[in-house]
Formats: sequence, structure tokens, C-alpha cells
Amino acid sequence: MSRPVLQTQGLTIRFGGHAAVNDVSCAFHAGSLTAIVGPNGAGKTTYFNLMSGQLPATSGSVRLDGEEVTGLSVAERARRGIGRAFQITNLFPNLSVAENVRLAVQAKARSAASLWSRWDHHTEWIDRADLFLEEVNLQDKRDTAAAALPHGDKRKLEVALMMALEPHVYMFDEPTAGMSVDEVPIVLDLIKRLKAAGDKTILLVEHKMDVVRSLADRIVVLHNGQLVADGDPETVIASPIVQEAYLGATPAADVKGEATS
Amino acid sequence: MIVQSAVSGDMPKSRILGYLITAILLTLAFTPLIFSGSQPINTAAKICIFIVLVASYDLLIGYTGIVSFAHTMFFGIGGYGVGLALYGWGPTWISAGLGLAIALIVGTVLAFVIGLLSLRVRAIFYAMITLAVASAFAILAGQLSEYTGGEDGRSFRVPPLLRPGTVLFDIPALGVSVNGRVLSYYVVYVSALLLLLAAFRIVNSPFGRVLQAIRENDFRAESLGYNVVYHRTVANCLAAGMAVLAGAMSAIWVRYTGPDTTLSFAIMLDILLMVVIGGMGTLYGAVVGATLFILAQNYLQKLMSIASEATAGLPLIPHLLHPDRWLLWLGVLFILSVYFFPSGIVGKLREMQRR
Repeated sequence: MSRPVLQTQGLTIRFGGHAAVNDVSCAFHAGSLTAIVGPNGAGKTTYFNLMSGQLPATSGSVRLDGEEVTGLSVAERARRGIGRAFQITNLFPNLSVAENVRLAVQAKARSAASLWSRWDHHTEWIDRADLFLEEVNLQDKRDTAAAALPHGDKRKLEVALMMALEPHVYMFDEPTAGMSVDEVPIVLDLIKRLKAAGDKTILLVEHKMDVVRSLADRIVVLHNGQLVADGDPETVIASPIVQEAYLGATPAADVKGEATS
Repeated sequence: MIVQSAVSGDMPKSRILGYLITAILLTLAFTPLIFSGSQPINTAAKICIFIVLVASYDLLIGYTGIVSFAHTMFFGIGGYGVGLALYGWGPTWISAGLGLAIALIVGTVLAFVIGLLSLRVRAIFYAMITLAVASAFAILAGQLSEYTGGEDGRSFRVPPLLRPGTVLFDIPALGVSVNGRVLSYYVVYVSALLLLLAAFRIVNSPFGRVLQAIRENDFRAESLGYNVVYHRTVANCLAAGMAVLAGAMSAIWVRYTGPDTTLSFAIMLDILLMVVIGGMGTLYGAVVGATLFILAQNYLQKLMSIASEATAGLPLIPHLLHPDRWLLWLGVLFILSVYFFPSGIVGKLREMQRR
């Protein structure tokens, strides 16, 4: 297989004595969608935060395109191609929907330093932002302040911000959480289209097993901060460890002993 | 069309606000020709200077979300830079220019260092650090009396062209003689206008939008790849440079520089009040806030003495309306304005327009 786009080696973070992510080694390749599953508190979002830089690793390393990025800032990792959509919606509340997306387009274009050109004269960014707004079906609300959007639309805008950044690695953290039934397909279609492009590395934290089943090429299971299963969807879902982990009754030690292979 | 281009596409978005801004800027433009006596022109010059000072502060607090209490320090650096140069090296344009250049360099470098060292910390700590630095600077200016004139400050002479005795020409139709003082006023007015428009340009640039993004959500701005510390530091330097220029304008106009006129914490509070009353993060708020506040400062006392005399027969009321009570009433006005217009006068006017 080709060289992994994103790779973690023995990645660990400790909060006091508690290892929220414990010695996780995993590689993610271009053209594949990996779902990361596990019960609440398993360390999925923490694992994401370690990879995109919001949290500093206690030990272990993160590599992007073969280069070590463990010590780099969030902004530097973003510039190198790690895109992140957050589980808890994270927008620019008092800016309009269009302005939110335009900021991501501008970040991609990397001319933030321009002090003297007029923002509204960069029509290429405006057009490009509109394109991403259409992808998540928010074009009719382009002038609404982000804070005034209903929850589902905020989630869609959250995703649009990452899409507009056009990263190498897309990290979705429960993108459909709290969305109404008719909104979910918009986001799922979007992820499917991304996947169909064939060259993107997509990571998805998701609770809904039907979503995982329909999208994932591979499933990684985290439990109590450890990687306990990794493989193609049918095998992983059928494995006793996932059944047990999702029932939530099995102590971590047993899980580790049986399943890490 | 010209107006739209001048404010970089950032229109008032309220008809009343548009009229208000036009009225303020036009009145300021013609003050020396319309009004006689020294108080109106002094008030107008002070308004011009504070429009720049408040606009530069708005760049920090309103657009970038940085709370700094060191803004008067940069104002003071500008005032002292030009003032001490004119005092020490003689009243020539060269010394004024040199003094300004030194002040700009000192101000920007200082802003850069403070920013780099402390913009990583939480906002509340940053505010306290700036407070400490500004206090230290004010004390230093007061104690280095050999160079700065200490608490007394320095009076100095401006280049001959700007002196009241220099009569350039007369306008008989208006009964006005255009002297060096009037010319000084127009130097201040035109500088203020250009700096205000430059500020509009900056906040409406791609860079300016990133500043707003940082104000709204620095965590998210960072995860889009924007270097938050870099942007905050540059904003800090720009605002400092603009405050230095306001200080230089003040020195040219007042022909005096001292701790009380530029460095005092009372001025810092005035700036804060002006930006809040006008409306943060709008720049138009700087114009409205500075104008109203300074007019109130200068004319509230007069108004109150009239009111006090008019109510002379009544119990208690004349005492409450006594001119010495003007700060009390200014305070009341401030509380009322914050209570009824939390987003400032500009915010309120725009809200009314939307309805």
C-alpha cells in the first residue's frame, strides 16, 4: 500500500494519571474513509484533537505526508492540509454565513496578509464560497448571522467551513449529530461525493452504526483510550469486541487482552 | 460612489447615521470659517484628534477583541516625540518630522514587543499587563524631568507657518483671516480624515476580516490556519502607530505636551467611554462617540449653568444642576446610553434601519 497520508505512532495524552488516549498507532491512507467508533468517553475526539493539534501529545508522534507535525501549532497543521469539523459547533457567530465560508476560502488562498486590498473586491473568493454554500444547501441563508441559524444549519455550516478549506485530510466529528432526519442525507451525500473523488483521506467519528456501515471502508474502534480493533467494516462490526464495547459492560483490560491483534 | 470607495465599501447602513456622519464631518470642515472665538475651534480640533485615537482603539477592542489599557501610552509617545523634538531641536518642520519618525518607531516596536510577549495569554492578563506597562511609562515620563519636563510637561513652539501670528490670507466675505492657527487646524482635520479612511480600508481588507474572525472565535480562526498571535500583534502595531499619529496631531495643536494631556488614565477612560457610546467594531462609532462625548465635556457645563439659573427659585434642583455636577450627569448619560444602546449609538441606528 502507498505511504500513509496521516499516521500516529504510540500517540498518548495523559490528564493527571488518566490516559485519555493511550499508545494509539494507526495509519490513514488517501482514498479511504476510516470510521472511528467507540463508546462515549473512549477518546475519539481527544484522538482527533491530538492529530489536528488542539491538544499536545504527552508522548508519541503524528506524521503528515511522512513529515513529523507533532510539535506544530494548530494553524500550521491546518495550512499543511489537516481540516477539521468540530463536534461542538464552532463558528464565527456574528458574521454572516457567507462571511464564515469566505474566511475559510481566504485561508486556503493564503493572502490574509493583504492589508490594503478590499475584501469585497475578491470576487473569486466570494464565488468560491457560494459554491460550498450550495453544496450544503445554505445558499438561501448566506446573509444570516451564523448565530441565528437553527442547529441543523449550524452543523452544515461547520462542515462547509472544512470543505472550503480543501484540505488533504478531512476530519468529521459526528457531523450529523442533532440534525433532523431530512438534513442528514445532505451531509452524507457530501461525504460520499468527497469519497468518490478518490484521493481524499477522510476520518469520521460517528455514533450511528448505519451511517458507519454505509460510508466506511474501514473501522477503528477505540475503548478507554486504546485502539482495540481495526479492520474492514463487516469483520469489525461482527467481532465480539465491538458488540461488547457497544454494550459497554466489558472492562478495558479484558478487551485489550482479547482483541488487539 | 466616491463615498462608497472612500470608506472601502463599508457604508453606514442607516440613513440617519449617514446624515449624522456627514453633518459632523462637514461641520468640522468649516468650523474655523463659521464660528469665531477659540473655544469652537479648540473643541473641533480635539474632536478630530479623538476620532483618530478612538478609531485606532476600535481597531483593537472592536475589531480584534483585544482589551488594552496602554493606548494612551502610544498617544503620549506621539505627543512627546513631536513635542520634545520641537522643544529640543527648535521649531522647524525637520525636527517635527524627525520627532514623529522616532515616535512611530518607538511606538510600533513597543507594541510589537508587548504583543509578542503577552498576546498569547488570556485577555484579562493581557489587559493587566498593558495597564502595568502604561502606568510604568507614565511614571517614567513624570520622573525623567530633565528630558520630559516632568509633571509640568513642556511647552514648545511650532514651525512659523503654523503660528497664530502668521496671516496667510483673508476671506473678507466671511470676515475670517486665515492664519497659522487655522492652517494648523486643517493639518489636524485632513490628517484625521485620511487616517479614518485608512482605518476603514484596513478593517475591510482580507486582513481586517481575519481580525474579526479572531474576535469572534480565535480557536476556529486558528484551526482554519490563521496565525492568531501574528494577526493580533500586527493589529496591535497598527493601532499603536495610529495612536502615535493622533498624539503628534495633539502636540501640533496644543503646543504643549505633559503627562496629564496625553498619558493619564483619565484619557484612557474617556477613550473607552467614547468607543462604547459610539458603538464598538463599526469605526462610525468612533466618529459619533468622540463628537458627542467631547461636546458634552465642553458644553454640558454651560448648559447646566443656564438650567441652574432658570430653576433658581426651586428647592434642591438648582444644586443638582450646578455646573460643578457635570461629571455626575455625564455619568448618568453614560449609564443610560449603555443601558438603552448596548451596541452603541451606531448599533441602535442600524437596528432601527433594519426594521
